[in-house]
Amino acid sequence: MATRVWKRFREPGIRGHEAGAGWLFLLPVIVILGLFLVLPIAMAAWVSFSDWNGNGSPLGAHAHWVGLANYRDLLTTPGLDQNNFGEALRNNFYYVLLVVPIQTAVSLFLAVLVNKRLKFVGFFRTAFYFPSVTSSVAITILFLFLFSPSGAINKLLSYLGATGPSWIYDPRGLFHVILGQFGVNQSGGHLANGVFLGVTYWDWLAGPSIAMCVFIIMAVFTTSGTFMLLFLAGLQGIDESVNEAAALDGASEWKKFRHITVPMIRPTIFTVVTLGVIGTWQVFDQIYVGTKGSPLNTTLTPAYLSFDTSFNNNNWGAGAAIAFILFAIIVFLTLLTRLATRSPDRVPRRRRFALTGAIGDEKVSRIGVGS
Amino acid sequence: MISDAVAIRRRRFGNAMTYSFLLALAVIYIFPFIIAVVTSFKTEPDATANPLSLAPNPATTSAFHQLSADQDFFTWVKNSVIVTLSVTFLRVFLDSLAGYALARLRFRGRGAAFATIVAVMAVPGVVLLIPKFLIIRQFGMYDTYYGMIVPLLVDAAGVFIMKNFFESIPVSVEESARIDGANIFRIYWSIVLPMARPALVTLFILSFQGSWNELAQFIISAQSASLNTLTKGVAQLASGQLGSGNRYPLKLAASTLMTIPVALLFFLFQRRIMNASEGAVKE
Repeated sequence: MATRVWKRFREPGIRGHEAGAGWLFLLPVIVILGLFLVLPIAMAAWVSFSDWNGNGSPLGAHAHWVGLANYRDLLTTPGLDQNNFGEALRNNFYYVLLVVPIQTAVSLFLAVLVNKRLKFVGFFRTAFYFPSVTSSVAITILFLFLFSPSGAINKLLSYLGATGPSWIYDPRGLFHVILGQFGVNQSGGHLANGVFLGVTYWDWLAGPSIAMCVFIIMAVFTTSGTFMLLFLAGLQGIDESVNEAAALDGASEWKKFRHITVPMIRPTIFTVVTLGVIGTWQVFDQIYVGTKGSPLNTTLTPAYLSFDTSFNNNNWGAGAAIAFILFAIIVFLTLLTRLATRSPDRVPRRRRFALTGAIGDEKVSRIGVGS
Repeated sequence: MISDAVAIRRRRFGNAMTYSFLLALAVIYIFPFIIAVVTSFKTEPDATANPLSLAPNPATTSAFHQLSADQDFFTWVKNSVIVTLSVTFLRVFLDSLAGYALARLRFRGRGAAFATIVAVMAVPGVVLLIPKFLIIRQFGMYDTYYGMIVPLLVDAAGVFIMKNFFESIPVSVEESARIDGANIFRIYWSIVLPMARPALVTLFILSFQGSWNELAQFIISAQSASLNTLTKGVAQLASGQLGSGNRYPLKLAASTLMTIPVALLFFLFQRRIMNASEGAVKE
């Protein structure tokens, strides 16, 4: 009996059998990923170098090679295409600049609070996570209602004696508004005359529009729960005895947080920042449901512009080119964050894998859907 | 050194602070949803005049009647159910098949296949909108259920989750089954899958949530009103200027209804969703 078992394992046939089964098991996944991910990317790359206008097949006689013309229209040739693209980049840049730090800080703060051994802590975790479960469509409609000119938020502000702005109808840039408080309203000279990607330097400094601020608040509201769970996992990996020892030495809550918690969960912080950057450059659903880029293009994002240029204006070459530039931006920023992660830190590699590998990727699919 | 009394007082104060923070934050996180539900029972003038009030005056279910009467709401629900169930069950099955192959079966090219899947996972979804539309049209699947469903059937993250899980369970049971001469699919189906229940449930929840809430994929894969899902239909309801007024009770009623299935799933599997993170770290 024993020898027979031993012999079976040595049979070369069993490996071959496994190989067949292995590829068979993988086949559906590989075919679908190949046909609906790899192949389309190649096809879109071709379209971004063509003048296809939506008639017939992009592989047929209707599409002609135009070289880098679509990319030039966006990046170097002054015109409406470039102007829209510049504005979309600016809007999304400020969106990322505000959402990523705020959502990271808020979710870390929530995680620290719900990590305490307190009664009802489960209830609070549920409450903070719930917005992450809902669809971007439902949340956007809710926020449009809350932030409508006569809506709940402005009603609350009026109780406090303040008059709220008209929110999603207000194209003024946040930084311009703040500068306006100090009497700086319009600059002359270099800032007004200098132009980059069809947008004046002064307008580059506008900050997110008041309308965009609604989407910024919404993004923090909907994603902080997801990231809270990531941080919670990180916090529970910290050995409680370290905190107790620090407490015995009389360290304050803030000191413990600053000198124990933050260094120990650094890998999680980097994961959250990376996922945040990837997610926030992909704003689409909210804009599609909410504003379609209005007012005055101040909520336009590259993702929405790419869609709009292709599907509504039939300028498929430019739309595909925008998608590829956006892709390049996201890849570049991800690599940049990865480089930052490499800086020497004392957290063992294995723990880092458990944090980013086991849960991180599970969340990627969620975030990919609509953050 | 601090005395015990001071320490206890300090801790009590700390707890009180934490609770007040938590309560204030919970109100901020929950209140919007309460407003959404309450507003869907209001009349339009009432919703506009008293956006903060929690007592509809007068209370009415007309938004819900309107939804079922003159919108194609039932078509949207039907399509969402068809798409979500097909995507969820097939995705869980296909992802776990692939995850098992990558974790357990030894064959040439396994490493390369896994590397490809990870690379694919890194491509941002929004970048793929135009490419996916092009290929769906090329294959003649535009404006069909196939075009809406098939591209969603596989997600690399799901394969990754399943592979990780299979690697964490002991191989001995499978080995003894193999010695008894069971074929690989039998082993996978009747021994491995039952053991993988926790991971399958996690993947089920993620897939259900993801496909129920999906919007972009349905925008680019179909145009007929008869193929509208809830997300797409309600999104058009939100941006369309049909009828007069802002119609917020109607829109919020629709968003409330479309949230119910994912909310139910969430509350049902709450513990699993919340503990998914804890379990991963103990490992």
